[in-house]
Formats: sequence, structure tokens, C-alpha cells
Amino acid sequence: MIPAPKTNKPKVAIYKFSSCDGCQLSILNLEDELLDLASAVDIAFFLEATRTVKPGPYDVGIIEGSVTTPHEVERIKEVRSECKFLISLGTCATAGGIQALRNFARPGEYARTVYAHPEFLHYLDTSTPISAHVPVDLEIWGCPINKGTVVEVLAALLQNRRPNFPPSPVCLECKRRSLICVAVAQGISCLGPVVHGGCGALCPANGRGCYGCFGPSSAGNFSALVASMVQHDRYSNETANLLRSFSSAAPAFRAAADAALKTAAVKETR
Amino acid sequence: MNTIEVPALARVEGEGGLYIGLKDGQVVEIRLDIYEPPRFFEGFLVGRNLQEVPDITARICGICPVAYQMSSAIALEKALDVEVSPQVYALRRLMYCGEYIESHSLHIYLLQAPDLLGQPSALDLAAIAPEVVKNALRMKKVGNELLKAIGGRSVHPVNVCAGGFYRWPDVAPLKALLPDLEWGLEAAKETVRWSLNLPYPELEIDYEFVAIHHPDEYGLMHGDAWSSKGNKTSAADYEMRYFEEHVQRSNALHGHTAQGGTYLVGPLARLNLNHDQLLPAAQAALKDAGLKLPLKNPYKSLIARSIELVHFYEEAIQLIEIYQPDGPAHASLKLKAGEGCGISEAPRGLLYHRYKIDENGLVTFARITPPTAQNLPRIEADLFALAPQIVEMPQEQATLTAEHLVRSYDPCISCATHFLKLKMEEIN
Repeated sequence: MIPAPKTNKPKVAIYKFSSCDGCQLSILNLEDELLDLASAVDIAFFLEATRTVKPGPYDVGIIEGSVTTPHEVERIKEVRSECKFLISLGTCATAGGIQALRNFARPGEYARTVYAHPEFLHYLDTSTPISAHVPVDLEIWGCPINKGTVVEVLAALLQNRRPNFPPSPVCLECKRRSLICVAVAQGISCLGPVVHGGCGALCPANGRGCYGCFGPSSAGNFSALVASMVQHDRYSNETANLLRSFSSAAPAFRAAADAALKTAAVKETR
Repeated sequence: MNTIEVPALARVEGEGGLYIGLKDGQVVEIRLDIYEPPRFFEGFLVGRNLQEVPDITARICGICPVAYQMSSAIALEKALDVEVSPQVYALRRLMYCGEYIESHSLHIYLLQAPDLLGQPSALDLAAIAPEVVKNALRMKKVGNELLKAIGGRSVHPVNVCAGGFYRWPDVAPLKALLPDLEWGLEAAKETVRWSLNLPYPELEIDYEFVAIHHPDEYGLMHGDAWSSKGNKTSAADYEMRYFEEHVQRSNALHGHTAQGGTYLVGPLARLNLNHDQLLPAAQAALKDAGLKLPLKNPYKSLIARSIELVHFYEEAIQLIEIYQPDGPAHASLKLKAGEGCGISEAPRGLLYHRYKIDENGLVTFARITPPTAQNLPRIEADLFALAPQIVEMPQEQATLTAEHLVRSYDPCISCATHFLKLKMEEIN
């Protein structure tokens, strides 16, 4: 935890790397708390919201986005050096995001698909989380994050206590809402048993399976889930695709997707 | 004045740079450089199942995910020759109302108004005019709550699929929003009145406006792309008339017409082309405003957004009052190989998608043309038009006026591919 400054409000900086802006927007979407938040902390750098740039060092740095360009590799080091406590905000920053799908393609393949002149571009062949480059003090998952988590984390930092995160996977959030299991009752592929909670089981509540945007739960039994889910794929490689989407580069998801592809291939040959 | 450098342009979505070259006090070169890293969506969509597409394309933009979900669903339905039910269509419009309300409220009050009121941010504005900012946040919240009631959450909603929705949203939470929407409608009318008296920089541009026109309603989805030059282009022919090119300095593609001209998409285009189809309260607000249309000042797109806010609060109220889930929440899809184009109006302008799918429902080709990519050449041209004014201004004012112009477009640079750098230098 950061030592709470005795006199001044903690200076908070919010940065953007490769991302969609949705997690920063989630902070601006704290309509009921935004003005109180702005009075409790000193928002010293937040380009999405203000032209004012107060110089570092900052007490808390919050980073949205992943590292996908040579420039970002350098910039993240500068950001780390000017922030005492660094938070990765959202699945791009914690796992590489949807753009980490390039990690599974041949280098340059996507650039050639999208751009007439790939040689004009400056990018890396991989999208990597912030923690792959610099030490990170706290990770907040979600694509997008649950905005309440930001308030909880900043409140915890101000009160010098540990933030209270949902300890259980989506599957338990679903049970707590008394939702009927979409996997058991309808045979719909759902990653709920192995995905970090925090969304409130949104997808099952809408009659569909969890697609893993909050990343892997630390206690998930991936091998058991993959073995059972692949049998029920409604289209080719459905399970592997679910694992290979928004948190694809998280190690647990990566391994499970490989296992799902292998299991599906065996199923095909039978 | 030799060099102006703003390390990063604030209150825009995305990272970009602005370069203005001067020679003997005259502007000779202007470039809007997009540094936003490329993320290659059209590349990794290939090989995905069609039902994964709306969830993936939502991630192109955190501010207008609904637009990406709608354009992609419409294009995929076209590829499969599927028509959605009137109930699904109405719920799509209602969802879009939520996105317009949150996005326009955000842009009007938190992103653009600080420029007009001489403040660095809405947070600073809150210190001198707390009621204005509190009302703005409440207006925005109503839009987000509407999105949440339909899609589970406002950023990257989870309920949209090709064919319609995974499930019908419950009636009670939607009806519960009616008092807040009624409040919002009045707040939006007040926003229009307030917007008329702001100190906009003077700039009139003879734009080619392009927006979706629908015969029966204020154009959002379906319909044809109408141009103020008289062209009417169907979604299927969109790429025949509106091109994108890859320019060296930009990770966003730049749009232009088949004749090589620039064009403008967004709130000014929609209002100028489709104002006859605004709902009554918005019509009244427009009439009371006494505006002469077409509105040609890019800074005044704030007024167009305000009038649209009135419309979308009004439409949301109407749609909720008649909302009664009936029939399947989504059409059943019969897979076949095909190709489809979809257009819809994101809050910042027309968004075009085209997909090819194979007989197993896997994407074999994807093309996405975001509104900001189409507007980029127009923003540069506007900066040229503005140049004679700004070279006469003190440095800080020149920088602010140029930045304000870019911000008035509500550019979504993550969509079009973030840090905006204004650099003005004397070229030898």
C-alpha cells in the first residue's frame, strides 16, 4: 500500500496504452462518485478528461491498455519510474487484451490483411500485459472493468487497507443470483467455472455463456472444464475460441486453449 | 510565432498528433498524425464464428460499442438473408438511444464545453458551475442505465447477437427509467438553449454532408447513405463511392469520395440532411433555436448534438412506453456462404461494415470503415481553413482553437486506429 500523504491529496495519473478507451470511460462513468473522487484525490494526469498536466512523480498510476509498439515499450518504463504504486486497469493491461490474438498469428499477417502499406506501421508482433515489462503493484481485470472496483481500490489506498475483490469465479456469482445454469440446463458453452468474478455473471443472466472477459480465476480447474466442454462445441473449436478471445494471452487461458484444440482434433479424427 | 507544441491533445478518444508548418507567416502544411497503435481487428476476425463478431467489434471503441455491434450484426444478417422482427428492430433503436444519450452528454459537457467556457476540464468547470456538471453527469447516467437495462453493462454490452438479442430485457427495469428520461428530456431542451449562447469560433465550411437517411424515421440503421450533393448510395454500394486510403503518417486509414473529395459524417450531417424527421420535441427545440440550416460551423456540432439529445430522450421514452417483449428475441440463422454490408450511425458518424462468411458461419473477410477515418481528411482541411485566423493569434489561443476544432469532431481515434501533439514550425 502507498503511504497516505499527511498533508496533500494523493496524486493520481491515468495513462492509455493500446486499448479501446472503455476502462478509462468506465471511470468517467462513475457519475455518482466522480466529483467526490476528484476531491479525495488529485487527478494530476488524465488526458481523456483534462488538458491539465501536473508533473510527476505520482502516488498512484493507473494504466489502461497493453504494450504493442516499440514506443510503448519505452514509455512504460517512464511511467513506472514516475509512479509509486502502479495499477493495471482492465484485461488489455493485465493480459494483453483482444489485440493479443496477433500473438497466435504469423508475424505481419494481420498488418498485411488490414493495411495497404504495412511498412508504414510501427508495431510489435505481440501484445503483452504491463507486468511483462515492469513490476505492477495491483491488477484489476475486466473487459471492461467493473467501475465499482476502481472506487474500492482508491478508497482502500486512501484508507491504507487491502482492497476487497470478489474472491470467487463467475460460476458462484451466478449461483448467488439464483440463475439457472446455462451449461447444465441448455448445453451452452460457458467459461463461468474458471473465470475471475467481478461482472456479476452478466452473460448467464442474459441467457448466454461466459466468454471470459474478466480473465482466469486462480482456482479454476481448466483441464476438467476443457475435457467436458469440447464435447459440446456447437461449432468447430468453440471452446478454444472462447478461451482465445479477450484474455487469450493469460497463461492459464493460453494453455487451456491449446488443450481444447488438441482435444477437438482427437474428436475430429474419431 | 514559430513553433507550437502540445505534448498531448486532451479530451479526445485516442492518440494523435497535429502538425502545422508555417512559411513566412503562412500555413503551408497541416497534418493530423495518428499514433494510436494499430490493433488489426479486420485481421483477427477472419476465422471467427459469426456470433463472436459483435462481441469482438464492440472492443474497437469503448465509447460507441453499440454502433460496432449494430453495424456488424446488420451486415452479418444481410449475408445470411435474415430479417429481424419489428420488435428486435425497435429494441435496437432503443439501445442506440442509450448510446447517443451517454456519448453526446459526455461529449457536449465533459469533452467540448470546457473549451467554450475556458476551463481545462469538466472537473475544473465543476468548481465554478457545480450544477451544470452535476446535471451533465445525471444526463449521461440515464443513457448508461438504459444501456445496462438492455445490454447488462454500458461499455461492451453482452446482449447483442446477429439476429437480435440473447434475451428480451425485463420490462420493469426499463419502465423504471421513465421518470429519469422525462427529466433528461427537459434537461436536453435546456441544453439546446444553453448551447446557442456559447462563444463558438467563427468558421463556415462548404461540406459534403453524408448520413444515413431512412424514409420513415431519423436515420440510424438501414436506409441509404445520402449526400448533400444529391448522391444516394445503398450500403451494398458504399465502397464504390466512399474509399479509404493508407497514408504514411497515420495508423488510421483516410476516407474520401470516389471523386477524390472530402466529406463529413456525424451530427452536423445528420441534422442537416434529416432534420425533418426529428421527433416533435426536437423539432420544436430546433425551431425555437432559430437556426439557419445547413449548419456549417464544425464547432457548432455541439448544437446539433444537443438537438439530437432531445430527439433520443424523446424516442427512448416512446419506445419504452410501447415495449412489450413478443416472439423470439433473435431470429434463427440458417447458415450459408454469403457476403453482407451494414451501415449504422455511430454518435460520431456513419459506420460501415462488410463481411464474407463461409457455409460454416466462419468469417473469411472483414472490412470496417469507422466514422473518424472518414472525417480525418476533413479535419485537416478544416484546419487549413482555420489557419489564417490562428496564425494571427497568440500561441496559447492558437493552440486551443486548433485543438478545439479537432475535439469538436468528437474523434474516436481508437476506432480509427491516442496522444495529439500540436506542433507548428517554420519551414525553411
